[in-house]
Amino acid sequence: MLRLNRFSYVAPGDLDGALALMEKHGQDAMLMAGGTDLLVNIKQRLATPALVVGIRELPELQGYSLDRGWLTLGASTRLCDIEHDPRIRMMYPALSDAAGLISAPQVRTVATLGGNICLDTRCNYYNQSQEWRRAIGFCMKKDSPICRVAPGGDRCWAVASADTVPVLISLRAETTVVGPSGIRRVPVESLYQDDGLVPLTLRFGEIVSSVHIPPPDTWTTEYAKFRLRQSFDFPLVGIAASVRRDPDGNIADARVVMTAVASYPERASGAESVLRGKPLSEESITTAGHAVFRQAKPMDNTAGSIFHRKRMARVLVERSLRHIAGLPERDARTA
Amino acid sequence: MSSEKGTPLQSETSTFHAPSEPLAAHSSERTTQNFSVIGKRNLKYDWHAKLTGAAKYTDDLRLPRMIYGRLLRSPHPHARILRIDVSRARAMSGVFAVLTGKDLPIRYGILPSSQDETAMALEKVRYVGEAVAAVAAVDEWTAEEACNAIEVVYEPLQPVMSIDEALDPDSEKIHDWTKHANIQKNVLLEFGDLDEGFAEADRVFEDEYFFEGNTHVPMENHAALANWEPTGKVTVWSSTQTPHYLHRELARVLDLPPSRIRVIAPPVGGGFGGKSEAFSHELVAPVLSRLSGRPVLISLSREEVFYCHRGRHPVRMWIRTGVKSDGTITALDFKSTLDGGAYGSYGIATTYYTGALNTLPYRVPRYRFEGRRVFTNKPPCGPKRGHGTVQPRFAIEAHLDRIAGELGHDPAEMRKGMLVSPFSWTVNHLRVTSCGLPEAIDAVLERSGWREKHGHLPQGKGIGLACSVYLSGAGLPIYWNPMPHSGAQIKIDRGGGVTVYCGTSDIGQDSDSMLAYVVAEELGVDIGDIHLVTGDTSLAPVDLGSYSSRVTFMAGNAARQAASKLRAQLFQVAAARLDVPEARLGAAGGMIYDLEDTERQIPFAQAAQLAEAEFGTLGETGSYTPPKLAGPYKGSGVGPSPAYSFTCAVAEVDVDLETGILSIQKIWVAHDLGRALNPVVCEGQIEGGVYMGWAEAVIEEQVFRKGLHKQPSLLEYKIPTSLDMPDVDTTIIESIDPEGPFGAKEVGQGPLAPVIPAIANAVYDATGIRIDSTPIMADKVLRAIEMRRKQHAAAV
Repeated sequence: MLRLNRFSYVAPGDLDGALALMEKHGQDAMLMAGGTDLLVNIKQRLATPALVVGIRELPELQGYSLDRGWLTLGASTRLCDIEHDPRIRMMYPALSDAAGLISAPQVRTVATLGGNICLDTRCNYYNQSQEWRRAIGFCMKKDSPICRVAPGGDRCWAVASADTVPVLISLRAETTVVGPSGIRRVPVESLYQDDGLVPLTLRFGEIVSSVHIPPPDTWTTEYAKFRLRQSFDFPLVGIAASVRRDPDGNIADARVVMTAVASYPERASGAESVLRGKPLSEESITTAGHAVFRQAKPMDNTAGSIFHRKRMARVLVERSLRHIAGLPERDARTA
Repeated sequence: MSSEKGTPLQSETSTFHAPSEPLAAHSSERTTQNFSVIGKRNLKYDWHAKLTGAAKYTDDLRLPRMIYGRLLRSPHPHARILRIDVSRARAMSGVFAVLTGKDLPIRYGILPSSQDETAMALEKVRYVGEAVAAVAAVDEWTAEEACNAIEVVYEPLQPVMSIDEALDPDSEKIHDWTKHANIQKNVLLEFGDLDEGFAEADRVFEDEYFFEGNTHVPMENHAALANWEPTGKVTVWSSTQTPHYLHRELARVLDLPPSRIRVIAPPVGGGFGGKSEAFSHELVAPVLSRLSGRPVLISLSREEVFYCHRGRHPVRMWIRTGVKSDGTITALDFKSTLDGGAYGSYGIATTYYTGALNTLPYRVPRYRFEGRRVFTNKPPCGPKRGHGTVQPRFAIEAHLDRIAGELGHDPAEMRKGMLVSPFSWTVNHLRVTSCGLPEAIDAVLERSGWREKHGHLPQGKGIGLACSVYLSGAGLPIYWNPMPHSGAQIKIDRGGGVTVYCGTSDIGQDSDSMLAYVVAEELGVDIGDIHLVTGDTSLAPVDLGSYSSRVTFMAGNAARQAASKLRAQLFQVAAARLDVPEARLGAAGGMIYDLEDTERQIPFAQAAQLAEAEFGTLGETGSYTPPKLAGPYKGSGVGPSPAYSFTCAVAEVDVDLETGILSIQKIWVAHDLGRALNPVVCEGQIEGGVYMGWAEAVIEEQVFRKGLHKQPSLLEYKIPTSLDMPDVDTTIIESIDPEGPFGAKEVGQGPLAPVIPAIANAVYDATGIRIDSTPIMADKVLRAIEMRRKQHAAAV
């Protein structure tokens, strides 16, 4: 049977207690919210912390509040609550949709928003048992200098796989990050960097304590996800598409964010620029889809094929934009 | 249901003549009989334990002083073992015993013709995950550390990872005894003059297909607990489908008299063929127990279960068929090449099974089959639900769909005109008894609205149909012997309690319930008065195991025979007491009564006491041996069965032409199972089969990359969940088989096979594209759509 590595577990009473534990134990300690990702990683010996600091119950990580149109959610908000809470769903349906598409219902009752934001990058050479990884010679992300996806290269290609993150970026959300050197406010987009090894820009010991989402105003957002198994799976490509339209119907601004095709949640800047200033029409949508197709460069390190994931990126963005525009579903019969 | 007298099918020119006498189309059953248990929607025998979690599976068992075993497995697909140093592991605190291949060098294998495995690798490792060493330690963490402390020096060899590589004469030999490249076995069977058949044909069709490998994924991981007692007796509890075969393998490998070994199969959490032979952990645990003086539990991880495998073989197939203009087959030529993985397992039987049932359910007057199995450096393939018949069924039914289309026939009507008759023989000597396939086809056509839909749905939507056939138990045992295939013992106590002893292993298919229903019906008692002792080689007579869909037919008949002997004793004393002729007695509801005056009755328990006074202790045995059915040719042992089940399935699909994504709208299935002993359980088996077939058709694949299983986890080996399951409409067809218990045939495996080609055929109806390999993934469909678009564009 696959056993967890042995570790100590402490659940401090407040955020200061958690920060102090992290500072004291340094790299031997890891933070855990819902644990749905970390515990699997510990079983696979991807992580071998001596101390696990439980932060899900921290009072500073709880709550729901509205302030001048901004919604603030504690980082411990459970994914099932984001999925089902009518107040959240009314303001940010795409966020609720994305949360509802994560994993399986049981997992969503313990997994948290902060955990999804801080989700480690994934790779099918990395997310394997220690025995499996030993058999292939380990990989750059753990225990070897060589990346098994692109062995000649000098970087890790593990994939950003969170579903809520592209939506939060498209919604221009921000986070409160608390660390040893104080509190800072960081846009969600700035939490990530194009590095499969170290995907988060957070400094050691920092904790995402809450998420702030600006008022939806006239933005309309959609999230669409492709996976092989519809009941539960990480995304093989996910697209958050958000547009704000002028009174005359033209697109004043657009934010298109892709997940699961790179080591970070990637803005589809080409698609965004072709959309800006144009009406949301068959033509602009097709052009945006083509731009996404060109930009998405998945590697062969998740389920599914590169061929199919690139095409799905295009189809997902086109379908989301068509839905936002109120265009009928394209008659695929003629495809 | 009436049965017509069939004329045996035979070809004047067949190499082997089928026996000429028609089978008697009799029914031993009073089909109008009112059963009190059989055919009722009764509770499962173990419903409470299974519903509440009280059932104790092997991994739930705990013995005093028990310790934990673990296997060190090969990280190389193909390598010579140069040196193993266990000294560091052995010296660790908390480690009780360490073993390597040399400690258990006796070769074994489930088939007498494939004795090619050892409990742990000896000189070579042949797949990633093969056991190399074993440890027993105070806990699983220590066992893991001890495994990490074992030093193995390997000399890596060129791995052979595909059929083509295995056929290459220059490929590295996996087993040194293979004559040509890595070919384990070639088989060739020929019945009748094929040239004549093709000459007689109006059209000849030829196709190639590939069926991808996949695995069983039982919910319960394999586990074994062994306790070697100081007296020299050893008990092994194991999640096994075949306690009797494990018993034999243990005796062989441990070099111990079988009389000192007891195998117990606790409730098993699913098998599907993946727990039907001995595995390293089962053979190693007893020796670890002997060395440590402690009970030893080895509980495998999910990843290790993927390495145990013995699942569906990847099979490459070629088929050539001569047909008359009405679709009737004049000759069938079929070739298969199986990717067997590293060892023999059941593979030779599997190879024959890719040919054996292809002469059913359609009339095939001339038939040629050429099969071969190759070794590759992957976990061994073996039997998975539908053992070796599922791959050719995909090929044949997709091929027939194409033939029907090209000949301008409705695929369902064409098939209906080609079916074998009940009570007939096939050209390769298979004896068909009851056959409810015409009724099954009509049922799914009617319920699915086939006639309105096929060929008439809009682009992207489609409907497809396929038929299949399966055994109700293999006609021959795994090892040759003249003894019964199943035995049962029944005793009746003075309070009216009835205890049934039978060596069957309930793997979730409800074989325990089946025994209870059959005996309760025969003796006229309540199911609650039945007690079962099953899955125990010391306490119960031999049953060969839960494989080849044999248990209801064989153990059911054995149990019924034992019960009927007791019934005769009880009726004798009851007749005397009631002063009624025995022939006028009936038994139901715990009473034995006069059929003509039901007020004249005595309670079952009272009859039991009278009988015990008259005859002594009440106990009887029953056994079942299948009729001798094998034809007079080498290889005829695979295929014969006392009865065949028949299935027809229709699938309706929706293909997203922009993404290639396939969604199954609904699957209709009708299965001829002879008689449903409990319709609820039978529907569950049918739905389970449909689920598994659909999953194999659309998503499952056991694939390898750089010598390793690409995805040995439940997250990444894509097996669908209940949330993904399409709607299933199930119809039970009862053909009342003359030899089955109360007319029953199999239901556990057959319904899987037609689902896969039905989906493939529906995809064709939806898109005009034939996908000739499984799984039918969106990627594959979209590539085909894009290629066609390009071809169209080029043509314009």
